[in-house]
Amino acid sequence: MAGILIDKVAKQFGNAVALQEISLTVADGEFVALLGPSGCGKTTLLRIIAGLEVQSSGKVVIGERDVSALKPSERGLAMVFQNYAVFPHMTVFENVAFGLRMKGAGQARVEAQVRKAAALLHIEEYLGRYPAKLSGGQRQRVAVARALAVEPAVLLMDEPLSNLDALLRLEMRAELRSVLREAGTTTIYVTHDQTEAMGLADRIAVMHGGHIVQIDTPTTIYSKPATRFVGGFVGSPPMNFVNTTATAGSARLGGITLASPVDGPIILGFRGEDARLTDAASGMPFKVKVAEPMGSHLLLTGHVGDDLARIVAPSSTRIGAGATLGLALDPTRIIWIDPQTGRTHPGA
Amino acid sequence: MSAPRKWLYVTGVMALCAWVLVPIYLIGLGAMGGRMAVFKWPKSLAPTEASFTALAAFLKIEGVWNAALNSLIAASLTMLFSILLGAPAGYALARFSFRGQSAFRLLVLLTRAFPLAILALPLTVIFIKVGLYDTPLGVSLIHTALALPFAALVTSSLFMGIPREYEEAAWVFGCTRWQAFRKVVLPLALPGIAAAAIFAFVISWNEVFAASVLTVRERTLTAYLLAVLSESPLHYRFAGGFILIVPSVLFIFAVRKYLFAMWGVSSK
Repeated sequence: MAGILIDKVAKQFGNAVALQEISLTVADGEFVALLGPSGCGKTTLLRIIAGLEVQSSGKVVIGERDVSALKPSERGLAMVFQNYAVFPHMTVFENVAFGLRMKGAGQARVEAQVRKAAALLHIEEYLGRYPAKLSGGQRQRVAVARALAVEPAVLLMDEPLSNLDALLRLEMRAELRSVLREAGTTTIYVTHDQTEAMGLADRIAVMHGGHIVQIDTPTTIYSKPATRFVGGFVGSPPMNFVNTTATAGSARLGGITLASPVDGPIILGFRGEDARLTDAASGMPFKVKVAEPMGSHLLLTGHVGDDLARIVAPSSTRIGAGATLGLALDPTRIIWIDPQTGRTHPGA
Repeated sequence: MSAPRKWLYVTGVMALCAWVLVPIYLIGLGAMGGRMAVFKWPKSLAPTEASFTALAAFLKIEGVWNAALNSLIAASLTMLFSILLGAPAGYALARFSFRGQSAFRLLVLLTRAFPLAILALPLTVIFIKVGLYDTPLGVSLIHTALALPFAALVTSSLFMGIPREYEEAAWVFGCTRWQAFRKVVLPLALPGIAAAAIFAFVISWNEVFAASVLTVRERTLTAYLLAVLSESPLHYRFAGGFILIVPSVLFIFAVRKYLFAMWGVSSK
């Protein structure tokens, strides 16, 4: 078991900057998700930690040991790849045993560890088969079992669920969470799927343009995003942003008045499920364009002023397109964003 | 498939097969049909008599077995050299990006565009000087030059077909570069490498010009036949030709699965 310290790691590919001085600390046993859109540098960062890519500057420390210059094989970690990378010319047993054999473990220990990992991921019955005979989900399990069998200090996962279909993904997500909790392995998990990150991680590091823009618990990331980008990227539907102007410490939107941290042009951010529906006169005016019944709730898409907003209403609500409603907001569940920098005003 | 397209398809396949098979069949007919059948006209396409006398007599010609042995040595060496040199080049082409990569790819092929006839005299002189003239080793070196571009390009596409992640996974799980290659890449590439090796063998086995120029007594089979058969009766020539074809055809037939895999065509 070991924590990870990433100290000012930067990476350039020729003239293109992939990562700009990233620093990140992962505690022993913690599960951190690197979340971001494609091209944000999250996979590059993971590959640098693994040693598959060499950083341009900065260092990586795994459990007190500076591994920056070490080969992947010397770093004492395991990795699950996006396309599984389960060796096709070996049986499932040999795949799971691969890391142990490379470490020179005796046959008895290999046998015991493989059985244990296989039991954890429910692949005991496939141990004698070749990967070609397995489905995507089963191969995924083999890849995870191979990684867990070596009892790594650090486990790296690169979009491990993205090649599975939606239902299987949901199932594997729940299973991964319980398996990894049980193993207590320090894990870094790369994903572009915010629901995966929300569901699995102790902390989420949201990456954008080679930076970590926010690192915090899933709930804080969700309710108090550090920037407009984070609010728009995390959560489904994304956070709503309404442009307004504050004077004398407050902003007036239709029938409601909200205290703002600064005066002048400012952006109000709020979550779709935090808005209560009232009549048009007493709330912030919201003109409904589309109403989509989602089963568990009713998703309303429309405009507040000129800004697009999505509101989550109870499924029993009877509202059609074209209606104008009022929205009431809880002042503790909103954020204020500086329109120039896109950053959230602190303390709001 | 619509009827006209199917008709076109079947005709095309048949034409291609005939293009390859009819000459081989006629050579076989000439080799086994005996002295008279060779001169008969119109030719009968069905074998009138099948006798192995010409073939047997041919195999008794003095020097045939020695020449065959030389061919075997030269072809085996060619196979060895082209894989030992070609596979690493192919791996480098597949895995590393370096300046001038596409130029290198082209240059590799250009060695085949250089006419051997121009090279023949200087090569003979050099080979005499260094003592390689009239040896199977000397012949195999030239044949390696012919087979190497093919070996490098084919193995490069072979290695490209093996996902990089396999290797990376092996590294992460404790392999050095060489171990990862030996334990993961090589087993996966082996059938294709074997096919490339056998192709190099066939190239050497069939090559006649360089072999004729660079040998006098220690002829390879093709060079020997070319020299001897020009003075032999026609049905002996057919027998010689037939014996030359057979090993290549058998080789290619044996590795056809891998040749198809190598070229990205799936075989059933």
